[in-house]
Amino acid sequence: MVQYQTSRLDAAFAALSDPTRRGVLERLGRSDASITELADRFHMTLTGMKKHVGVLEQAGLVTTEKVGRVRTCRLGRGRLEEEAAWIEGHRRLWEARFDALDRVVEDLKRKEKVDD
Amino acid sequence: MTSRTTVERTSDTELVAARTLDGPARLVFEAWTKPELIMRWWAPASFGMTFLSCETDVRTGGSYRFVFGHPASEQPIAFFGRYIEVTPPSRIVWTNEEDEAGAVTTVTFAEKDGQTLVVVHDLYPSKDALDEAMASGSTGAWPEQFEALDELLATLGAGM
Repeated sequence: MVQYQTSRLDAAFAALSDPTRRGVLERLGRSDASITELADRFHMTLTGMKKHVGVLEQAGLVTTEKVGRVRTCRLGRGRLEEEAAWIEGHRRLWEARFDALDRVVEDLKRKEKVDD
Repeated sequence: MTSRTTVERTSDTELVAARTLDGPARLVFEAWTKPELIMRWWAPASFGMTFLSCETDVRTGGSYRFVFGHPASEQPIAFFGRYIEVTPPSRIVWTNEEDEAGAVTTVTFAEKDGQTLVVVHDLYPSKDALDEAMASGSTGAWPEQFEALDELLATLGAGM
């Protein structure tokens, strides 16, 4: 999971290193847009824009949804991914808490033995 | 490594975290109720906050107040509520009143062969309340990006 998250972050940084992709994020920040609209706006071929959007999607910065023949792009991760990421964050918090709690209980056990 | 800690959204309004600890229930219960012990584990580094104070009056009807400092906030951040059921050493139920739509938390301690299964059950007042908590990260779990970034920085630091 650690590796997964680090690679995820690498992907995000890599995605942000390109000015066109930063432009796409800025554009999507104003409203959702289709690949065609984005290609027009950035004077690119559909194939070129699909590639950029694919990189942003991989990095979890953009989600796309195809309705009929139009693929609409919007900012952010899908709801389920978002939820899974949150649950994992929460699990890691509890893992860290329980690890520390384990040490506290260990101390209490040791103290009891000494007091016996 | 497979983790020993599980966290699951068990319904629209419920979130459950569980882990088996190596010790009897009465000691685990003690660690969940004495302020000086709570302060040693409730706010690990990944929580992003450090304890400023911790007050507990662990009896049915008693209240608690945890106050934290956070680097991004000039004001201290308080978590508080009331114990609505305390049954040593097996069960504590409390409210989380810092948020209007806060959960009711039930912690149970089940001892078996010297080990204790701890189950932390959060019940939110509505699906929206839990969705909202998850969207804002308000139950104390910070966005994974920050944790991943911390780790990344640690890795970078170690490599130098």
